[in-house]
Amino acid sequence: MIKSLEELQKIKETQLEAIRLREADQKAKIVVGMGTCGIAAGAREVMSAILDELGKRRLTNVAVTQTGCIGLCAQEPLVDVILPGKPRVTYGKVDANKARQIVAQHIVNGIVISEWVVNRGEE
Amino acid sequence: MEELALHILDLLENALAAGARHILITIEEDEGRDLVTIEVRDDGRGMGAEALQKAVDPFYTTRATRKVGLGLPLLQATAAQCGGDVFLESRPGQGTRVVATMQLSHPDLPPLGDMGATIAAALSREEPVELVYYHRRGQKEFKFSSTWLQLHLGEIPLNCGPVLDWVQRYINKGVAELYGGEGK
Ligand SMILES: Nc1ncnc2c1ncn2[C@@H]1O[C@H](COP(=O)(O)OP(=O)(O)OP(=O)(O)O)[C@@H](O)[C@H]1O
Ligand code: FES
Ligand SMILES: [Mg+2]
Repeated sequence: MIKSLEELQKIKETQLEAIRLREADQKAKIVVGMGTCGIAAGAREVMSAILDELGKRRLTNVAVTQTGCIGLCAQEPLVDVILPGKPRVTYGKVDANKARQIVAQHIVNGIVISEWVVNRGEE
Repeated sequence: MEELALHILDLLENALAAGARHILITIEEDEGRDLVTIEVRDDGRGMGAEALQKAVDPFYTTRATRKVGLGLPLLQATAAQCGGDVFLESRPGQGTRVVATMQLSHPDLPPLGDMGATIAAALSREEPVELVYYHRRGQKEFKFSSTWLQLHLGEIPLNCGPVLDWVQRYINKGVAELYGGEGK
């Protein structure tokens, strides 16, 4: 327990430092679809892998959120990535492994993994 | 669903969709009574008597994107298969209480599964929600409160990767201790 709390304290300090360094509106955003069929298709494992990857890389400037069903069942699990100033990119049939690569390529390097994209927002 | 924790995430998503600001999850495993009881209480918009009657009917849903609502019927099926049942209690404007019971020793009982990932997934949202997870197994108990965490974090939002990753690991460690530390 004590070790966990020390760890939390460290995360808090890194996070505060990040808040000091950046403007609030420069945040990247990841959205995972969490309707029942999303969950049944593995959306929670996808979310869990994204959190693990962000945690390991200490990426503090990414907001992680969820959305309910968007009626694209056949493509679940769905993950949206929105980089600051860029249109929304939606990935379909994501699994834990793809989710980690989306963090590494798209979030970290800004490179869209086109073959998994099922939809793109307006420019 | 392959895990009780996935059913629970489904209940949490229902509560969040109903606009809940406070959610209480209670899991009690009682070997003496051979019973596991899962309860999710929320203060969301609730349901009237008619909606409540229909809630476990797969052809009832207030969602607009698809004609069937699967969450509650799936839970009902799991409970029934494991010698238990699902009870719903709700009042419009007040909130909802869902209680699922299952026989603890039932061979078909799904494993508890990844409660850490379930709670972290429910907390990954911009609108704040105060969530308490209380789990008792025999004489041992574990409690997690997002209110406590938010107080500790101050201005830092809960929904950033490193914080929610900490949450999932913290909860899974706590739950593993209920089982004598040998895992989920
Ligand atoms: N906690 C709750 N508060 C208020 N209404 C609820 C709650 N849980 C369920 N309901 C109502 O019962 C309906 C059926 O719920 P159920 O989980 O079975 O399906 P759904 O949420 O509509 O769709 P799905 O779970 O498949 O994504 C919901 O559409 C909602 O109107
Ligand atoms: S969650 Fe699959 S169509 Fe909505
Ligand atoms: Mg539901």
